[in-house]
Amino acid sequence: MKKAIDKIPMESGINRRDFLIRAAKAGAGLAAAGAIGYFLHDPNGPAPATATEKSPLALPDFSVPEAGRKIAIITGADRVKSVNTGIQALGGIETFIKKGDRVLVKVNAAFASPPALCATTHPELISEVVRLCLKAGAASVAVTDNPINNPESCFALSGIGEATQSSGAALVLPRDTLFTNMTIPGTSFLKNWPILSAPFKGITKLIGIAPIKDHHRSGASMSMKNWYGLVGGRRNIFHQDIHTFIRDLAIMVKPTMVILDGTLTMITNGPTGGSLSDLKKTETMILSTDQVAADAAGAVLLGKTSGDLPFLAKAEQAGAGTLDFESLNPIRTTAA
Amino acid sequence: MKITVVRRISQIFFFALFIWFCIAATFGQSFWQLRGWPVNWFLQLDPLVALGNLLTTRALYSGLIWAVATVVLTLILGRFFCGWVCPFGSLHHFIGYAASRGRRTPEKIASNRYRHAQRIKYYVLMVLLFASVGGFASQLMDSAGLSPVIPFLVLLVLSILALIFRKSALNLKSAVTVLFVMTAVSAAGLFARLDGVVAASLQTGLLDPIPLVYRSVNLVLLPLSDSAIQFTSAGQRHYEGTWLIAFIFVAALLLNLIIPRFYCRILCPLGALHGILGKYALWRIGRKRGKCSGCHLCDSHCEGACQPNEQIRIPECVLCMNCIHTCRDDLIGYNTFRSTSGEIDSPNLSRRGFVIASVSGIAAVPLLRIDGKLDRNWNPGVIRPPGSVPESEFLNRCIKCDQCARVCPTNVIQPDGSKSGIEGLWTPTLNFRAGSSGCQMNCTACGHICPTAAIRPISLEEKLGRGPFEKNGPLRIGTAFVDRGRCLPWAMDKPCIVCQENCPVSPKAIYVKESFVTVREGVLQTGKVSGTVVEIQKPLLPADRFGTGDFFVAAESGGIVTRRRVMANAPSSITMEQELPPDLLRQDRKSIELQVRLLLPQVDPERCIGCGICEHECPVSGTRAIRVSAEGESRHRKHSLSLK
Repeated sequence: MKKAIDKIPMESGINRRDFLIRAAKAGAGLAAAGAIGYFLHDPNGPAPATATEKSPLALPDFSVPEAGRKIAIITGADRVKSVNTGIQALGGIETFIKKGDRVLVKVNAAFASPPALCATTHPELISEVVRLCLKAGAASVAVTDNPINNPESCFALSGIGEATQSSGAALVLPRDTLFTNMTIPGTSFLKNWPILSAPFKGITKLIGIAPIKDHHRSGASMSMKNWYGLVGGRRNIFHQDIHTFIRDLAIMVKPTMVILDGTLTMITNGPTGGSLSDLKKTETMILSTDQVAADAAGAVLLGKTSGDLPFLAKAEQAGAGTLDFESLNPIRTTAA
Repeated sequence: MKITVVRRISQIFFFALFIWFCIAATFGQSFWQLRGWPVNWFLQLDPLVALGNLLTTRALYSGLIWAVATVVLTLILGRFFCGWVCPFGSLHHFIGYAASRGRRTPEKIASNRYRHAQRIKYYVLMVLLFASVGGFASQLMDSAGLSPVIPFLVLLVLSILALIFRKSALNLKSAVTVLFVMTAVSAAGLFARLDGVVAASLQTGLLDPIPLVYRSVNLVLLPLSDSAIQFTSAGQRHYEGTWLIAFIFVAALLLNLIIPRFYCRILCPLGALHGILGKYALWRIGRKRGKCSGCHLCDSHCEGACQPNEQIRIPECVLCMNCIHTCRDDLIGYNTFRSTSGEIDSPNLSRRGFVIASVSGIAAVPLLRIDGKLDRNWNPGVIRPPGSVPESEFLNRCIKCDQCARVCPTNVIQPDGSKSGIEGLWTPTLNFRAGSSGCQMNCTACGHICPTAAIRPISLEEKLGRGPFEKNGPLRIGTAFVDRGRCLPWAMDKPCIVCQENCPVSPKAIYVKESFVTVREGVLQTGKVSGTVVEIQKPLLPADRFGTGDFFVAAESGGIVTRRRVMANAPSSITMEQELPPDLLRQDRKSIELQVRLLLPQVDPERCIGCGICEHECPVSGTRAIRVSAEGESRHRKHSLSLK
């Protein structure tokens, strides 16, 4: 302050030096104001929203051509034995998982409910599949899902989080940043829609593991509907045309293998269940490289036919697989 | 080591511990998450929480017993909690210190002089405490007038007065006055039913610094930092009305720029309580000998503004111990004897002020309740967490610390802004849109963290109505209602039933009625029929619209309707799943109807528990087409819908 006061000339009259400095500073101010006005003036206001169609982007095809189209239907009450027998029947784990493969396992962890209620993929089954993959030389295994209930609660209560981590796989929680807007070619609804895409980075094999459950709207929740958990956003609006949407999911995902767990099948009150009385001992495990065939075989356990499940025919039409699973000559054996 | 260094270490330790407890109150299984960390400890140490609850519930719930330790230490040491432990106090201390750096000593001395405004906090305390004594008062009147407990109560009141006023109130004159007032109140109870009017409400949490700082850190600072680093939660957590919580927190901190420890000195009801309790402390700050030169240096860093160089004001002293070291003549110490320059050991309120504050406190509650929020005008939008006690008792227990909102894994528990009036400000209510799901069936976290049992620590068995609770059925927090004007199948003929799918109850509380509805312009004039293909003459259909699996062709004959699922359609033809029976294909048939199969959701009030998952999942994303309100909640029989 003191310094400024000193500069004020004691008598009136213009001081050239002071005037020139002030004039230069004022000029700089004028130039800045003018430049802001000139460069930042927006005469039109915001433009109307235009649909920015993302260039179509498909998820990779994870199927193994040399494994062929096969289905195994295993009888047995022990999930671990059944899945081992089933994978053996399809040609052994080595057919699917090669050394250095990076495997993503998409489970159904939709609800915060204990494993005994079978609303989610059973943790034993996940542990065993992870173990087999790592044994076959997989470089890494990750387990993911975008559940309906609170993700942390779902993975904790369903036992999936614990099973994943103790078996040596990585658990991927569906954080907002892991979704990207994608447009899946050939689909009706997956247009510029958030997909849980980050966990797919570097992945070479994809295994879907789902329980067989009653589902009022679509008729059944099995391996194709399990891909619903790769979709983000307010995905519930797709229930308005759920059969077409499940077909879209089958177009989007080409898995290495799907595993359908019908050891206990939720035949009523699905897909949440909530009581042991909603479950029926069906003691069956279905493994297939063809997701449509697997679901068609799973429908039998729910006492349903393809006529009850229009999404099966739609998925077949879209080329996702074969509705007539018997034509694949299912390998039927008992778990040992 | 200087005693002030020890004090600083203590402050830093307790502040870090507090922040750690805030972080550890995260639902989860990692070591740093909620696995037995005593995250409520500071609330439990807080004697104002304990005293408030004691007044309203006549009991010290669970860990509130810790407050006894604080009281005992305060009775011996003085107001140590404010200067050594309180995390909010430490924040003020630090900001006040930082703000006064670079100020000249006379300015510092001026900012730390005693102000009459420091009496405000005692009035704040009186208003808040007297708002919670209504229960006692009504008991006094209820027990048929002149009850034998009166002499004991007289003694109690006298000793409280003695703590507050400068002169001893333990004299005959005041005893007679108090006895007279109490007898009059009891006698009044004989003639008028005053017990219905006088009620208690625990409002200490509005300004009690411990709930305040928990609330501010947990609901404002943590979500703010998590929006960037996502450490304590995977996604952004939302809390309603945080502007007010944040405003009070920031304003309290900024006021340190004007007066150091503004909040502690002028507003803090807990500081006031500690000040009163410390009146007879065995150790106290004071002059130990000799004559003071009057340099006022001791004031320059005095945290309590208690004028240690004159007659020290004991209730204002927060034991910062700075004066011991700033005194150049080493005249001040922490002694067992009273200050040689004399001391003022009570807040010295005016009798008039005391009466006004106490009557305001007592009168505030019945006055607020004229709004009928606890009666016929109860707000069904106030959905309390599962295990909450009935509303009037809830308001007697809840200290607005919002630990439940912090721990709730789905973030549905929200601090209330306006739904339950000022009495319910920041109390927990559920908002199923704000959270990441509804109230999770297998979760009882809120009841187990609640420090005052406003939400009881229920077991899973009790929540789900299993085992010994089978007879009671599950705990309900409300009931879902379908808004048929907004629901996609009800209002717009679009298939949906997301609510039914997500209902977690078994058997589901949401069930469906099947209905076939003819679509708009769905009466079709038919042409040739060949096999499963029907030609349509009028109107033209939008191509590929009806092959979704949800549409049917309906043909009626002799009162019997036969339906065939539509597999595909072109503008003027429909392919059906199966052929129509031959008798329906008569030549004179002119039209068929195109129908959509709808499943219409219905709620079974006997089964619905009000968890709100349906509301959260409803695809009508604005005002949901199915919404939970508090009707049917277990804690109030009078809100029940059920006949049972």
